[in-house]
Amino acid sequence: MSIDLKTASVEPLRRTFDHIEAKLGPDKTPTRYQEAVWGLQPACNFHYRPTWEPERELYDASRSALSMDDYDDLVDPRQYFYGTWTLQRGRQQESQEKNFDFVEKRGLLSTLEPAWRERVERLVIPLRHVAWAGNTNNSYITAYSLGAPLSSACSMQMMDHLGIAQYISRIGLLLRDNEMTVLDDAKALWMDDPMWQPMRALMEESMVTRDWGELFVLQNLLIDGTVHPLVFNRFDAELVQHGGAVFSMLTEFMNDWFAESTRWVDAVVKRLAAESDANKAQLESWITGWLPRVQGALQPLGDYAFAGRAAEVIDSVIDELQGRAQKAGLNF
Amino acid sequence: MADKVFIALQNNADAQPIIEAIVDDNPGAVRSDTPGMVKIDCAGRLVIRRESIEERMGRDFDLQELHVNLISLGGNIDEDDDEFVLSWGV
Repeated sequence: MSIDLKTASVEPLRRTFDHIEAKLGPDKTPTRYQEAVWGLQPACNFHYRPTWEPERELYDASRSALSMDDYDDLVDPRQYFYGTWTLQRGRQQESQEKNFDFVEKRGLLSTLEPAWRERVERLVIPLRHVAWAGNTNNSYITAYSLGAPLSSACSMQMMDHLGIAQYISRIGLLLRDNEMTVLDDAKALWMDDPMWQPMRALMEESMVTRDWGELFVLQNLLIDGTVHPLVFNRFDAELVQHGGAVFSMLTEFMNDWFAESTRWVDAVVKRLAAESDANKAQLESWITGWLPRVQGALQPLGDYAFAGRAAEVIDSVIDELQGRAQKAGLNF
Repeated sequence: MADKVFIALQNNADAQPIIEAIVDDNPGAVRSDTPGMVKIDCAGRLVIRRESIEERMGRDFDLQELHVNLISLGGNIDEDDDEFVLSWGV
């Protein structure tokens, strides 16, 4: 007896959901990411206006001066949805834990020269408050922005900031053998040290900025885009010269995260600017408005960390930021 | 037909960005779908570019990852970090 093997090819009647097909076009297979984020934003049948803001709908486009024809266009080039994001962060957390273990077991932070150890305590540890503000700000954007591609990515950005705040705290605890005083001292610096006051004022103002688009530019482009390169790149490089290579192991996540989140922030800004001239002008005016403030807040930190070279280092950080904005199609 | 090269990949979600990148990068490429497999034929030379795949995938991609979803291929391989090229040339 012989057996004939035959293949029967079954064409699927539909490749995806109707609302995805309407956006993507027929006969295209969407990615998991597209299926996860498109069409989630409630757009009608709200019934009641919020009691806390009766002049607006629950989800209202007028909450930002920016406007988009379709907010689902603000996609994340990293294609993060909950599953992919947690997998990636889980992997990074694991390797970061190993780094912390490695440094702690061998007491490697004690090799840091005392003068540089103090600089880490004064410059890096108070950053946990900046990171926490970044967490709160992204939580605000998540709540009030439109379109799941942006709001879901912002909620991940929010948790990433919280993670960074925790890593910074743990570096502090490592520095002082788990003495909580290091965190109290950092808080005291944050509250009272003149060096930190312009930064604190800036962060506090950001936390009462009501336009989510403006806050996105301020927090994710301007503040993250300058503070991270200044501390976790330029200062880190300086530290390595003075026996602080071990510090780089503890801030590996911050560097990886910054490189990656930069791609997302730039893509969102670029898409917003490409939508209309009004958007572009609005983004540019926010940047020109806030940049001097951000620069002013960086100045005392730079003066402390780099002494005579502060101006040069800060200029290079600002140049980098301007390069990014120009690539996104903004001129200022 | 002697100069035709091909690559066959599993038809799953992971391979979609790779397949799209190949079809977009090679104007002469012909895609044929069979159950569970996508075969791409191309006359002369077929190039698989890391950058195009990364763009569609949204993350860094090592061309060696290609082998996870690779079923078969025809042609001589010229491979570096950025490109994976199939042709019958030497």
